[in-house]
Amino acid sequence: MKKIKLATVWLAGCSGCHMSFLDLDEWLLELAQKVDIVYSPIADIKDYPDGVDICLVEGAIANEENLALIKEIRQKTKFIISFGDCAVTANVPGMRNMLGPAETVLKRSYLELGDITPQLPQEPGIVPELLDRVSPVHEVVNVDLFLPGCPPNAARIRSVIEPLLKGESPVMEGRKMIKFG
Amino acid sequence: MTVKTLTINDQLITASAEQTILDAAKEAEIKIPTLCHLEGVSDVGACRLCLVEIEGSSKLQPACVTQVQEGMVIQTETEKLKEYRRMAVELLFAEGNHVCAVCVVNGNCQLQNVAIKVGMDHSRFPYKFPKREVDLSHRLFGMDHNRCILCTRCVRVCDEIEGAHVWDVANRGGQSFIVSGINQPWGEVDACTSCGKCVDACPTGAIFRQGSTASEMTCDRSTLEFLHRARTKKEWTR
Repeated sequence: MKKIKLATVWLAGCSGCHMSFLDLDEWLLELAQKVDIVYSPIADIKDYPDGVDICLVEGAIANEENLALIKEIRQKTKFIISFGDCAVTANVPGMRNMLGPAETVLKRSYLELGDITPQLPQEPGIVPELLDRVSPVHEVVNVDLFLPGCPPNAARIRSVIEPLLKGESPVMEGRKMIKFG
Repeated sequence: MTVKTLTINDQLITASAEQTILDAAKEAEIKIPTLCHLEGVSDVGACRLCLVEIEGSSKLQPACVTQVQEGMVIQTETEKLKEYRRMAVELLFAEGNHVCAVCVVNGNCQLQNVAIKVGMDHSRFPYKFPKREVDLSHRLFGMDHNRCILCTRCVRVCDEIEGAHVWDVANRGGQSFIVSGINQPWGEVDACTSCGKCVDACPTGAIFRQGSTASEMTCDRSTLEFLHRARTKKEWTR
């Protein structure tokens, strides 16, 4: 049987969702029999490939790199899962939205609170520019499934991936499957 | 007592004329989701979670403030109602700053509970990220307006059970917010008895005990019900 192409992506988040993914422990060996990991922060692959079947997207859209990558992901992926609260609600990264646009946030962080040599980070082409507003993934591109939680625990991640591997849709209902925070 | 006969979800029930649809349904063990409703204090129909369909009316009616009438035919679980309830919850999440991961009542939150009940796994409405204040001037408690859904449970419990009327609602529409005293810092309101009834009444983490960490805070709403019942029925045990 042809292996399913699985990608996992880490945008503006703390990587906690990926840690939770690694908590799948020995089931990861079973998963490895059924999927090819074609892109992930835990694999050294530079470019997002074509024809990805399922992609778990951790994190919100906070800078221009996130924005360009999520658009590329949408073009090249059949099924996108918003993975964790940052992807679903913008969560903690989104808390900077209450301060106003990127400029206010940068000034507050790097100038007003800078202890020594306060300066704004500027390295075009290397340090991605902050967007004025941190957005959940589905406000930028279409999302096929939402898996909230901060982070979603391993059992819940498995309950979502397992049916997808069989070509079935996981039922996102009830306390077992829907959990914020 | 005048008795009315009505139908809820094809079940024939009887209720006293003074009862609301919510009370009548509860007696018949028909569950209608609620959020601003709190046993022991008056109802205001603020959250729109208990909307029901009444035959002959094109408008959806809040069950907590609609009195029963003879021959009413009511549905509480139609697809239309489920859709509107989910939308109401999504709007609540979108219009405040509900960051569950850093909230003291995460896991013990009634807003989360109804989100699960109505099947909300994300909000289809764009988040507003309003700039709101946190008041930590009270020596025991705190008020985080970011988490407030304006259910006014705190306002009613403080007025109707404690009799202190510390809380009220300022402004109108989207600009509304809860004020303590005459829009003073909570700690400066002399009327506050520090009883904590508002803390127990709050369905979210908006009013909390200082020092509580994420997922730590629970609210004991049975105390409020007990106080109300004991006072109205003179059931004091000592």
